[in-house]
Amino acid sequence: MGKRIGMEVSLMVSEAVKLADVDVIAAYPITPQTHIVEHLSELVADGHLNAEYICVESEHSAMSACAGSSAAGARTYTATSSQGLQLMSELLYVVSAMRMPIVMTVVNRTLSAPLSIWNDQSDIMANRDCGWIMIFAENGQESFDQTLCAFRIAEDRRVLLPVAVNMDGFILSHVIEPYQTVEEEIVEKFLPPFDPLYTLHPDRPVTMGAFAMPELFAETKMAHEIAIRDSYAVIREVWDHWGELTGRRYEPVEEYMTEGADTVFVTIGSYGELGMDVVDRLRAAGKKVGLVKIRLFRPFPYRDILNSLTKFENLLIVDRALSVGGVGGPLASEIKTALYRLEKRPNVFSFIAGLSGRDVPPEKFIEMYEEAMEGLKKNQWDEFTMVGVRQ
Amino acid sequence: MIDKYAVFVPNLTNRAENFTSGHRACQGCAEALAVRHVLKALGHDIVISNATGCMEIVSSPLPLTAWNVPWIHVTFENAGAVASGVAAGLKVLMRKGKIPEKRIVSVGMGGDGATTDIGLQALSGALERMHKDFLYVCFDNEAYMNTGIQRSSSTPYGAATTTSPAGKDSIGQHTWKKNMAAIAVAHDIPYVATACSSYPFDLQAKVIKAVESGGPAYLHVLSVCPTGWRIPSHLAIKYGRLAVETGVFPLYEVQDGKYRMTADIPKLRPVRDYLSGQGRFRHLTDTDIDIIQKRVTKEYDKLISLHKSNNG
Repeated sequence: MGKRIGMEVSLMVSEAVKLADVDVIAAYPITPQTHIVEHLSELVADGHLNAEYICVESEHSAMSACAGSSAAGARTYTATSSQGLQLMSELLYVVSAMRMPIVMTVVNRTLSAPLSIWNDQSDIMANRDCGWIMIFAENGQESFDQTLCAFRIAEDRRVLLPVAVNMDGFILSHVIEPYQTVEEEIVEKFLPPFDPLYTLHPDRPVTMGAFAMPELFAETKMAHEIAIRDSYAVIREVWDHWGELTGRRYEPVEEYMTEGADTVFVTIGSYGELGMDVVDRLRAAGKKVGLVKIRLFRPFPYRDILNSLTKFENLLIVDRALSVGGVGGPLASEIKTALYRLEKRPNVFSFIAGLSGRDVPPEKFIEMYEEAMEGLKKNQWDEFTMVGVRQ
Repeated sequence: MIDKYAVFVPNLTNRAENFTSGHRACQGCAEALAVRHVLKALGHDIVISNATGCMEIVSSPLPLTAWNVPWIHVTFENAGAVASGVAAGLKVLMRKGKIPEKRIVSVGMGGDGATTDIGLQALSGALERMHKDFLYVCFDNEAYMNTGIQRSSSTPYGAATTTSPAGKDSIGQHTWKKNMAAIAVAHDIPYVATACSSYPFDLQAKVIKAVESGGPAYLHVLSVCPTGWRIPSHLAIKYGRLAVETGVFPLYEVQDGKYRMTADIPKLRPVRDYLSGQGRFRHLTDTDIDIIQKRVTKEYDKLISLHKSNNG
């Protein structure tokens, strides 16, 4: 096992991509920019990574070029954020339905307008139905680990779907965190070479991207749905294997200090770290509070979520995105759906916090807790609350 | 005489049909013919990235295909970028020894809408990056024919389409056809040419030259569309020839920046010969035709002077 050092999380991700010996990177770095692709282009320029780095003229073309290289049989990677992800949006749906195992880091950042470069998850949540596997990393080390796991999951012949590894912009992407790499020998054991089923090559001509009439379209969508549902077992298998090799174990849904808890925060992404700190404080004050962290968002782990969340009376779900004109937070909305068929449902308090990088200190989580307890007393609370918003 | 040539051309060149019959193109479609000639000249070792459009729709209804070569369609505006990805993917896989070394040409193709309008940015990016063994072919039928004859920036001045209808206050299309070949030339790529399926030898020769140039190369192929141009389906070849003989669509190539006219036309026919008989131009007045004649003569003279200055 490598030594523990400090490194900017974006660079950790680039190092993971290098370890995956990726063949093609097509990226447009500007909308907005992160250090991931900068560092990757350096690695290519210095001969540390034998890959083609395509400097495309937009994110739309980035994902289009990724489609071409993945179809040619190359292990393919890109990274983007906010507006860039939106510009790619059209292609996100296409490459997943075409079953291209592209890996992408989404550094979660705010969608305009007003223009904002800061963190929230409005970008990926706007694309949550695009048919990609979606994993949310909690910290730097996990961003590295999940990037390597993503290639293995995506390229597994039982899966063949693109994977988006999400990490919170700035909160993770631009900070230096402790990081432990893995030896190349471990990666070799963990990640076999990409062995695609069909490729674009004159020796074996295939047609990709045919159009479907209504008689066939629904069947192709159903096939896609089954593929992503079935990927759940492979994801578990890959994470277990990674755990055996590195000692770092991941579950689709994880609990922290939930023993005897009647109330839990439910978080996704880097809020997990903050949540643990808050739970420690509340526990110290004698409150029966725990934390449930959602790591896998697509396929949505309904069973794990039900197994976990039905143990508690109150759920405080913290979203970093707002479904405008809808029912509040996307994560809360999904969880409420999962709970619907239960006879006895926990109380759901939906909070939307940290939009556009608005700082969310531990005190804000404690305020959410107090607000929920107040609501319980009065037996009245809103469908969702925008935390700390001035009206 | 010409009609006989047209019949025999397929037999005088590559006999393989990589764009096979049974596709669903309209009767008399000269775009399907152009694709057939281009594929004959390209041979077997290619990968096609096709934009959404007529040729994509007529050729690939799941689970059928008209393509005997590897072919991918992703979306409308990105054939240049997809073909870039294919080129980069094949290149690195060969460099890393994952597939055998072999020259494979990455061919992007799209209609005029996919090329001159919505896909222009992706194409410009691809040409600017100077991918090797890269060719882009625009099959220009001068409107969005697949979706019902809406105007594009490649629709000629005065043509009536469903979004540039002729009317009391409208001549039809009121802008001049975008000069896409000149835009390609401005990227300083090794080879650019215009061609037309009514001149099959010239078309195929240009495809071969484009590939031999190493790339990136750009071909702009006028593809007569009887459906959209409102002409009888048996006259597609004739109207392609008239477009060239009147100077409306001059045939030339630009090799390493040097222009050369490739069709020998001692004296241009009047544009009226080309415009009359096409339903899309039926509303034009003599004054309108004079305006078009002046513009065509001016543009043609520009090319002739480039040809003369580049060829001593």
